[in-house]
Amino acid sequence: MVVALDGQMADVSVGGALFKAGLHMVENVRPGDYILLHAGFAIQKISKEDAIETLKLLDELKKFENE
Amino acid sequence: MKYIEEYRNQELILKLSDHIKNSVTRNYSFMEVCGGHTSAIHRFGIPSLLPPEITLISGPGCPVCVTATDFIDKAIAYSQMENVTIVTFGDLIRVPGSSSSLEMEKARGADVRIVFSGLEALNIARSEPDKKIIFLGIGFETTAPGTAVTVRTAKGEGLKNFLLLSAHKIMPPVMEAIVREGIKIDGFICPGHVATITGSGIFKFLSVKYSLGCVISGFEPVDILQSVLMLVRQINTKSPDTEIQYSRAVTTDGNLIAQNQMYNVFERCDVNWRGFGNISASGLRLKAEYGDLDADKRIPLILKQLGDNPSCICGDILRGLKKPENCSLFRKKCTPENPVGACMVSAEGACNTYFKYHSK
Repeated sequence: MVVALDGQMADVSVGGALFKAGLHMVENVRPGDYILLHAGFAIQKISKEDAIETLKLLDELKKFENE
Repeated sequence: MKYIEEYRNQELILKLSDHIKNSVTRNYSFMEVCGGHTSAIHRFGIPSLLPPEITLISGPGCPVCVTATDFIDKAIAYSQMENVTIVTFGDLIRVPGSSSSLEMEKARGADVRIVFSGLEALNIARSEPDKKIIFLGIGFETTAPGTAVTVRTAKGEGLKNFLLLSAHKIMPPVMEAIVREGIKIDGFICPGHVATITGSGIFKFLSVKYSLGCVISGFEPVDILQSVLMLVRQINTKSPDTEIQYSRAVTTDGNLIAQNQMYNVFERCDVNWRGFGNISASGLRLKAEYGDLDADKRIPLILKQLGDNPSCICGDILRGLKKPENCSLFRKKCTPENPVGACMVSAEGACNTYFKYHSK
């Protein structure tokens, strides 16, 4: 999770440990955003909407079992 | 929403496992291309949650593992030169070359340093202007854009002592090489972080041309099981396609900023892969305008080609032909503490993963 911004760099928390991340490949990042961190760079912002969509599968499976 | 715990939900995992068991109608073989997937699959015990009809095969997606011996030998040769510092990511220094490793050379006094990011290599170059800093760029489409940013920054600042030795590679050609070799698989669990950069579109040709299922997967147990279920459904309905399971990070077009960074700096070239040999247009080298930062051009070396350890079967493992247990060195002469082959070095390597998560 992004903790603080400093130009094209960010402080990010990975399980409580702080790392520096380059923001050269992502736009509109704000503190509180979740990012994919790879080799010192943020490579993507995580989409909350899509994450929730995937988890709706649980409801689908329950529905399937009840049919 | 923390994006991890939700995808390790036991209830959902067990339901998915049941659902897969109820869906199988034949035998299926799927290859997980990414070393991160290999590691996650065995760490989370995914094979124990699958019916016996489904076989998962490790593929060539661990960047350290597929780095050829000639690259390691070249990096070692550079490390022997006066005033040269080799900078790279952690695992690579332990990969055996034909007669030594960067780790062994470091112990003998060579200046070899480990960084977390290419940007840290730039800091070393800035603070030690009298040394030549050679950064070993390794990784697939996920890592190459970061190296591209690093190279562009070095050029922009006019850093004369920063050089790149590139072992960057791209994924689709090696996946096609696997299919062309005739290895029997029904589909690929496609690499989620590569696809974050490239988009899902680059895998489409595998569904269209070779009728293979392709699902771009996340790395948590729910992600992997859902991806397997999606593949089983594709095969059952005889409708192989390229689908995205990891939709919280992957889109069809990918990260266009990162792609632009990568192809501003790099162009495709033929390159050697461990286990495969030379694969056409599967590597990334610096474009001519970045030639002054290219270690290969600034300090050209011609090395004698030496062979790999003939007992090591890393090559066959990377091609999906054999498993670590088939190797006579596995757990005996080859362990994570004393690796003989590259697949035992990396935490994403199949041998390292099998060593950690499978009992004797």
